[in-house]
Amino acid sequence: MSDSAPIELPEGLWSQPAVDTSAVDSITDVESVQLITTPAKFVYDYTPGVARTRFLRAIEQKRLVGQRCPETQKVYIPPAGVSPVSGLPTLEEVELGLDGTVVSYCIVNLDFTGNAQEIPYVSALILVDGSDIPIYGLVREIAPEDVHFGLRLKSVWVEPEEMTTSFENIKWWAPNGEPDVPKSELADYV
Amino acid sequence: MRDVAIIATAQSKHVRAASTLNEVELIQPVIHEAIEQSGIGRHDFDFTCSGSSDYLAGQPFSFVMTLDAVAAWPPIAESHVEMDGAWALYEAWVKIQTGQADTALVYSYGKSSPGDLPRVLSRMMDPYYEAPLWPTSIDFAALQARVAIADGVTSEAQMAEIANRSRNAAASNPFAQLTSSPEVADLLSSEYLAEPLRKHDCAPITDGGVAVILAAGDKAREHCTRPAWIRGIDHRADGHHINFRNLCVAPSIGIAAEKAGVGMGPVEVAELHACFTHQEPIIKAALGLDESTVVNPSGGPLAANPMMAAGLIRLVEVANRIHSGEVSRGVAHATGGHALQHNLVAVLEGEG
Amino acid sequence: MSDQPTGQAANQAADDDVLRAPLLLEYPFRRTTGPVIGAYFTALREGHLVGILDDSGRVICPPVEYDPQSGKSLTKIVPVSSEGEVVHWTWNSMIREGQPFDHPFAWALIKLDGADTPIYHAVDASHEQMSAGMRVRARFALERRGEVSDLECFEPAN
Repeated sequence: MSDSAPIELPEGLWSQPAVDTSAVDSITDVESVQLITTPAKFVYDYTPGVARTRFLRAIEQKRLVGQRCPETQKVYIPPAGVSPVSGLPTLEEVELGLDGTVVSYCIVNLDFTGNAQEIPYVSALILVDGSDIPIYGLVREIAPEDVHFGLRLKSVWVEPEEMTTSFENIKWWAPNGEPDVPKSELADYV
Repeated sequence: MRDVAIIATAQSKHVRAASTLNEVELIQPVIHEAIEQSGIGRHDFDFTCSGSSDYLAGQPFSFVMTLDAVAAWPPIAESHVEMDGAWALYEAWVKIQTGQADTALVYSYGKSSPGDLPRVLSRMMDPYYEAPLWPTSIDFAALQARVAIADGVTSEAQMAEIANRSRNAAASNPFAQLTSSPEVADLLSSEYLAEPLRKHDCAPITDGGVAVILAAGDKAREHCTRPAWIRGIDHRADGHHINFRNLCVAPSIGIAAEKAGVGMGPVEVAELHACFTHQEPIIKAALGLDESTVVNPSGGPLAANPMMAAGLIRLVEVANRIHSGEVSRGVAHATGGHALQHNLVAVLEGEG
Repeated sequence: MSDQPTGQAANQAADDDVLRAPLLLEYPFRRTTGPVIGAYFTALREGHLVGILDDSGRVICPPVEYDPQSGKSLTKIVPVSSEGEVVHWTWNSMIREGQPFDHPFAWALIKLDGADTPIYHAVDASHEQMSAGMRVRARFALERRGEVSDLECFEPAN
């Protein structure tokens, strides 16, 4: 290849040359259009699938369920139906606790939610009792600066008459008063 | 060039709507079946490549979700194309050619049923001049059919014969969605969907997926009694704007066919990615096939058309016939974009 | 390895058991035109159609930035007529959201006078009026804002 001529790149690849509109009187002395709007809207008939349906049906009954990987025995929540470590279906359903442990968190000082959350607020990764992968949740009923790794939490749910097949049934998580989980027991989850 | 072969394949039973499954639930059993068939350990693939499109089911990053099915944690060497799986296979073939891999898992899937597919596919068009008018994929295909009929490439009667032949051929395809057809005369008396296309001229809307195992050289012989060797593979594109093109010819197929070596030997079987009946004679002409070649014995896309998988399935259908000893040399064609814009051609051969 | 029955979904359920819900995806795209496509939409706003001279002197309408054969940059915007001839057409009676009309119409490739390539657009005519070779003219919107909808469609010229 070394003896071949260098490739000549087409002009205009790096910067667009000026366009000559002098042949069209009507557009020479007017403001040029520089952008157009092309909105697109699609409606789909969405299904979460079999495994996630089971999770959402359970959450309507104030239960948290995961599914176990047949190879590693790890329990996934919310279950996707397949284990990302073995690639195998997770056929065994596992009833989980309604409490959990903080394995990571951050204090949010910017309003990303359009005033839906008063700032500062704490979002955390919470390892639900009996599971092996943390889920996302808000931590409240505690000063943000007091939230810490290993903090034990309980889930706080909407009123029974408001329960639906939605993850939003859990309003937030709050300290349950139990002693912290030692770091050594959480090493695999951070 | 390294010798690379398709050594194992699997498909879903293609259906109009896999209404209970999410995408990973749809494809996982298919991937697993291909892996089992190959005898290679599921953690032992050097490379994994997939093809899918988020627009079909309205699932942003759906391909990340389906990676669960290939045990992608801890991280594996993996890639994805927002194209038909035939191009994922091409990427895997290139990866093996570079010496970076000896084995590869390729899969692709499409769940079109949640949306209005012909409308969703309008998003493939030029975003300034064409897509804002929201013509459907069928509208574009109908225009191509009009040109093909006007230029004598095909006729409505021949198109009905292709529909009839394809769907009746699919009676022996356990994965097909449509497996029988009314008589040609009855087809021709039905109403137009988009003139000159009738419903039978269009591939069905399908949910489904496919998986393929590739291996190089001795590895292929070790895991497969009669590997389907990829003797040539190439892909080319015609212009994006339909108004620059003569719609009744597909020069990119002709170039890809020449580069892949289609004419270097007899073509016993050809599986063509013709989603509309009028496209079959256009593809056949561009590939230089004559009447000695059996076309789409599986029924082709007219019998089952899972988007993003139907092209890779063409390679699978030829490979399966080589694996079984039914044929020794065949050609597979896959397409992407509208009106046969982007095309891939592969030549597969068995040994002995 | 044979730890799963092959060829069937592991997590199985009947149709009625699985949740489903409508999912609406909306993309409020705004697209930068660049100078070539911008010239086309500027001309539409002023009630005209333009094309661009390609490498071999042909007029491409609507204009594109690069020659489809040579790949060279194209820069010379030229006027084309608002009237022309239907080259090919097809009939659309299954109207979908976003299309130019809510009544049946034709999609057509239209070669405008002064252009060498056809433009793809809608023709508002009856099925009986449509034929290859028929003369059509552009119908512009009364209020034009430099948008796609400034060119409503084409209609029979006589």
